[in-house]
Amino acid sequence: MKFTLSWLKEHLATDATADQVVDAMTMAGLEVEHVENPAAKLAAFSVAKVVEAVQHPNADRLRVCQVDTVDGRKEIVCGAPNARAGLTTIYAPLGAFVPGSGITLEARPVRGVVSNGMLCSARELEVAEESDGIVELPDTLAVGTPAAEAFGLEAVIDFEVTPNRPDWLGVAGIARDLAAAGLGTLKDLSVAPVPGKGPTTIEIRVDGDACPVFAGRLIKGVKNGPSPDWLQRKLISVGLRPISALVDITNLMSYDRCRPLHVYDAGKLTGGFIEARLGQPGETLEALDGKTYEAGPEVCVIADGSGAVGLGGVMGGESTKVSEATTDVFVESAWFDPIRTAQTGRTLGITSDAQYRFARGVDPGFVVEGLELATRLILDLCGGEACEVRVAGAPPAPPAAFAFDHAYVRKLSGLDVPSARIDAILTALGFAVRGEMVTPPTWRRDVDGKADLVEEVARIEGFGALPATPLPETSRAAGGVLTVRQTRMRNARRAMAARGYAEAVTWSFMRAAWARLFGGGDPKLVLSNPIASDLDCMRPSILPNLIEAAARNARQGFADAALFEVGPVFDGDQPGDQRTIVAGLTAPHPSRSWAGAGGDPLFALKADLMALLDEMGAPNLQIAQGHAPTWWHPGRSARLQLGPKVVVAEFGELHPAVLKALDAEGPMLAFELDLGAIPEPKKKPTKTKPALQLSPLMPLTRDFAFLVDQATPAGELVRPILGADKALIADARVFDVYQGKGVPEGQKSVAVEVTVQPTEKTLTDPEIEALSARIVAAAEKAVGAKLRS
Amino acid sequence: MTDLTQLEAELSAAVAAAPDVAALEAVRVGALGKAGSISELLKTLGAMSPDERRERGPLINGLRDRVGAAIAGKKAALEAAELDAKLAAERVDLTLPPPPERRGRVHPTMQVMDEMIAIFAEMGFGLAEGPDIEDDFHNFTALNFPPKHPAREMHDTFWLPEDAGGERKVLRTHTSPVQIRTMQQGQNDKLPSWIATSQTPPIRIVVPGRTYRSDSDATHTPMFHQMEGLVIDRAIHMGHLKWTLETFVSRFFETPVVETRFRPHHFPFTEPSAEMDVRCDRSGGDVKIGQGDDWMEIVGCGMVHPNVLRNCGLDPDVWQGFAFGFGIDRLGMLKYGMPDLRDMFASDVRWLEHYGFSAFAAPNPATGLS
Repeated sequence: MKFTLSWLKEHLATDATADQVVDAMTMAGLEVEHVENPAAKLAAFSVAKVVEAVQHPNADRLRVCQVDTVDGRKEIVCGAPNARAGLTTIYAPLGAFVPGSGITLEARPVRGVVSNGMLCSARELEVAEESDGIVELPDTLAVGTPAAEAFGLEAVIDFEVTPNRPDWLGVAGIARDLAAAGLGTLKDLSVAPVPGKGPTTIEIRVDGDACPVFAGRLIKGVKNGPSPDWLQRKLISVGLRPISALVDITNLMSYDRCRPLHVYDAGKLTGGFIEARLGQPGETLEALDGKTYEAGPEVCVIADGSGAVGLGGVMGGESTKVSEATTDVFVESAWFDPIRTAQTGRTLGITSDAQYRFARGVDPGFVVEGLELATRLILDLCGGEACEVRVAGAPPAPPAAFAFDHAYVRKLSGLDVPSARIDAILTALGFAVRGEMVTPPTWRRDVDGKADLVEEVARIEGFGALPATPLPETSRAAGGVLTVRQTRMRNARRAMAARGYAEAVTWSFMRAAWARLFGGGDPKLVLSNPIASDLDCMRPSILPNLIEAAARNARQGFADAALFEVGPVFDGDQPGDQRTIVAGLTAPHPSRSWAGAGGDPLFALKADLMALLDEMGAPNLQIAQGHAPTWWHPGRSARLQLGPKVVVAEFGELHPAVLKALDAEGPMLAFELDLGAIPEPKKKPTKTKPALQLSPLMPLTRDFAFLVDQATPAGELVRPILGADKALIADARVFDVYQGKGVPEGQKSVAVEVTVQPTEKTLTDPEIEALSARIVAAAEKAVGAKLRS
Repeated sequence: MTDLTQLEAELSAAVAAAPDVAALEAVRVGALGKAGSISELLKTLGAMSPDERRERGPLINGLRDRVGAAIAGKKAALEAAELDAKLAAERVDLTLPPPPERRGRVHPTMQVMDEMIAIFAEMGFGLAEGPDIEDDFHNFTALNFPPKHPAREMHDTFWLPEDAGGERKVLRTHTSPVQIRTMQQGQNDKLPSWIATSQTPPIRIVVPGRTYRSDSDATHTPMFHQMEGLVIDRAIHMGHLKWTLETFVSRFFETPVVETRFRPHHFPFTEPSAEMDVRCDRSGGDVKIGQGDDWMEIVGCGMVHPNVLRNCGLDPDVWQGFAFGFGIDRLGMLKYGMPDLRDMFASDVRWLEHYGFSAFAAPNPATGLS
């Protein structure tokens, strides 16, 4: 909403500048978006009168003028052809910055005559695009009048109103708050009734559900036409288009008093009545915006004998609108329910200044007074004779009084405000204070408790006075404030970054088609109102987003991305259906290196995943291959699980068909780790670690080469070897896998280095032989491995 | 005499001439081995008379010691030379590049989240979390947004379709629902353990997380991150709120004092409500915090509304406190000079490498925040 300083001053006696008003508004809770202040730019310029203008001695086209200015009489050289004695114009003193020419004035001789200032054109002042000569102003303007005032330019203050304060949608309401804040004195806002002559012959009916109270009156014999200049200028200054005197008056009432009204051409109303009721099925209305709306049973319509003639509190209808031919006008001042009006706006997709105000809640205590004030304006501007006011229904009950212990101000805000000052603030804001009991004014339906009153007192007293007070010390959790899970999330990030992955943060939603490729896409998880069609489905997996990101980076020339994300995935549509995932992805490109190629990058990714699991304190996990979901490469993916049911992670190469569907160039390798599937360690009473047993005996290693079936996973060979003697065998590690010459068809040779750690004494050769035999036997029993001879 | 002198001269020459360790070893065996020339001489001592032995013994032993020392000396020299030669042959060109390594990075929003948590942890705040898919009660109703209230419209809410229970869940529009989950007494929803649940006051928590609004332009993205704060106790007032936020801002921006301004505002779930601005300078194109003559809003806050306390089963005449909500991404943009919010979610590796943080930049009281 917008207003000008002079408009504010109609209600507030103050010398405050626009800047002071803006500051006071800001500190009272009104958020000023923007101030368009032409006065600031023109502050140096003022009205002057040319007393004498003579030919410059050394230049044909220049005149030397004697000018009466705010700084006294000045000799000024001017090149304008209209510089003549008796002209009232605009003067710029030395030192002034002239916006239109971008120069700062200096006392410089012009062809031998020093000019002590400048007479300005409209273009130089940037009040017009083009100008011919210097400004010519009415002679009635006094010397020294600020230029902005001479041009009728004013600061326009544009601000936002929070939904709790509809009373600020009228300039008078702002004046009241600024007066309470000490910026000036509120002028009398009371309204004198206009006595009516004879009854208003149109009957008013209300259905309380649709409209609690409806006041109206007939004004006969008006002459409608363009409104006077002052009213047109006022409306234009806040961005409204003048239409006709009657309509302009209703707009003025909206912006000045937050009292939207509607005027009907009484000659076009039929049936001798007007009513506010709920719409009927199929009922339509052509509104003033030229569109036809269907008013359903949830919408308040205004109707006469012919049916709907307006949408209550929203917009009038085309059929009964006033025109220059209107002679009798019916003025409506009603109170429409905020929730119903807001809903009407939403369902019909229609907004207006009236709808905006009624949806937030206008003052139900100002229905009749607003009508009286509008009557006065209509009689003044359009003439005519007012009939008596008619009222149907009753406004909602005014806010009830409640007890307010003044000590609560200090308890909740920390501010020490004397009791008398509290009362004074509340009274200035329109509250009725009777001892401990406070009654909010009808326009403050947002206030219903003592905390609200503390806000009123504190904001008027000024939040700047709040005493910064340290929080009381508390007993801290000795082990830090993060839970195990929170610590793991943090460590996961830092571990992945340490291993060369860049952290991405991607949307929680994705294209439903992509979600379906990754086991999601349930319609339950498709947003009803997505921001874009490719961001419509809650993600079942982070991978599509990382694939898409890697592909996008590749298209920009950065193909070997390594990305990770720690974030949510959604298994269902309930709050508890969310899991936290750590996902990593690499797009490996065989690096051309003078040192030769590395190994299979899938094992580098596996190493990263294992390191991450280790960092997060995961126990030993089983690896299972061949059960991967469809988005993985069937032969180059596996899962890590804790027992047969709990899948902690999946990793591998992504299926080329899936990558193709996502328009990504493969290969890409990835993993997803379910943070919640890693068991949390048992809480221990102490952080002491178990004593370390260091064997004084040298560990020894023995190598075994086994022949196994080609399809046997190496991991299944290692497990029985480790189990052959749990006390002595510390480790078993595959260091070579070979197929080809010397190995029978369909088999492979797997070489395993076994580390033996003697515990009590050095092993004798026979003991080592016996252990080796157990290892070979265990391998044979488990996977049919034969020691290679 | 002469035979010994002669022998010593011959052996010395042979030692000096030995070209390598193997040749030297041959000389040693020839002199000092079992049948070596000196060993043979030593054997003759046994057959000598005591007088003769007294004369010849020291001479032969002396010869043995000197030749032995000469061989040892020569051996060390030969070995050193061999090592030098081996090392010289092992030279590599160290101007060659190492194998390519990726540079890992922590996302700036997550870094900033860690920084904020570190500061609030120091002030005694714990960390609570809640779900991204929320019900109407936690996201709106319990937070004093009455049904159909216009304030709800201002939240540009994302909606899911009606669920099995006939309710339309939302993507949380703020992290404030976790206030409710933490304060609400006696709830018994079966939810995963990471989701915040009832705490008995006093309560002091921060709540970081993803939040969603159906809005997209240069300064709004449909998803962003907020950090909620909540303090509930018997005598917490707005002065405590002011101290907390001022202290936080000064520590976060790592400047001794940042001038702040509290302005009245409106949020349904706080009363009184405020926004805090910090001094900033917008004159130079990018925003500098802590100096200048302009203000920048950085946090919404207020005293928890009595209705919110009541909705959670807490008596507002006994318990009171404050809440605040920061935009994490936005704080990061201000602190680290990232110009566009949308870049945060674009996963451009160049951007991540430039604005991201080292794995080792974890906030720490000894090293600072980043």
